[in-house]
Amino acid sequence: MTVEGLLEHGFSPVAMPDGSRTIDGVYIGDLLSWVMGRAQMDNAWITIMSNNNVIAVASLADTSCVILAEGVELSQDLKDLAMAKDINVLSSPKSAYEIAVTLSGLLA
Amino acid sequence: MTRYYYDFHVHSCLSPCGDNDNTPNNLAGMASLNGVTLMALTDHNTCRNCPAFFKAARRYGVVPVAGMELTTAEDIHVVCLFETLEEALAFNDEVDTRRIRVKNREDIFGEQLILNEEDEIIGREEDLLINATTITLDEAPGIVQKYRGICYPAHIDRQSNGCIAILGEFPHYAGFKIAELNDRANKEEYIRRYGLEKLKILVSSDAHYLDQLREDNDYFDIDDEPYSSSLVRQRLFEQLRSL
Repeated sequence: MTVEGLLEHGFSPVAMPDGSRTIDGVYIGDLLSWVMGRAQMDNAWITIMSNNNVIAVASLADTSCVILAEGVELSQDLKDLAMAKDINVLSSPKSAYEIAVTLSGLLA
Repeated sequence: MTRYYYDFHVHSCLSPCGDNDNTPNNLAGMASLNGVTLMALTDHNTCRNCPAFFKAARRYGVVPVAGMELTTAEDIHVVCLFETLEEALAFNDEVDTRRIRVKNREDIFGEQLILNEEDEIIGREEDLLINATTITLDEAPGIVQKYRGICYPAHIDRQSNGCIAILGEFPHYAGFKIAELNDRANKEEYIRRYGLEKLKILVSSDAHYLDQLREDNDYFDIDDEPYSSSLVRQRLFEQLRSL
């Protein structure tokens, strides 16, 4: 499953500098100090956090994309930052649990 | 120059988790006993005990500072300090419009008491004060500045509600000039690990109980001639703003 492949399943692009990246797992968390040490490379990371440091943590952990749950939005500055740092960001109106269930089916 | 030992992070009985013994007079009295001559009252998301604290502080020869410990939308605690009581109360009104209203459960969180200068109960805050507001960390400095205040992340060396635990690193982009540590022993390590060399590090107690107030406080040297407590605050803010 690629990041751009998610667009056919109800996810909206927020910033997508590299939609061809592969998703091979999922991490869910909002406490960035935890996410930093636990999210794995190529994970889709589901969060409701929309702070500047989300981009930094996604970059450090090298996740394939950030999925903003529950309709959380990014400011234009952060969208620009995500593009500049090569971080894919998608959004969904669904809860983290519902997104995880969807991804579970898609990654199976 | 006079040396003022400070504690800029103290809770009264209005904070749900603040002990009911933390009355304005007890806080000012303990400050005086501990040699603290500059104390800020920083209840969670409210300044409503600051008027009583100002009057109590006068009795004990303590220079009061009106403040608030704001909970941001990210659940990060931010200390907000104001040069005048009036500006703090105006800020308080704006924060009120950004609070997420949940009724306080006194059996879980404790009472939220508003007192007068005689430590008599004159009101209760009905809605919980400690929960997140809708003000984001990035927004906070701009809002505080409208009231000529200064704000900075609280107890960055703590897991719960500390900005580093929540954001993974210090939010340098937000332009804070100050960071607060709860434990002075963490100073060198935090400066090194999180690149805080250019920041002023303040250490304060975050006392929720009277016995958490400290005797070994840091200080500011302030030119306070001709003395008045408002001059001391004015000079303090000049120092803080020039950082």
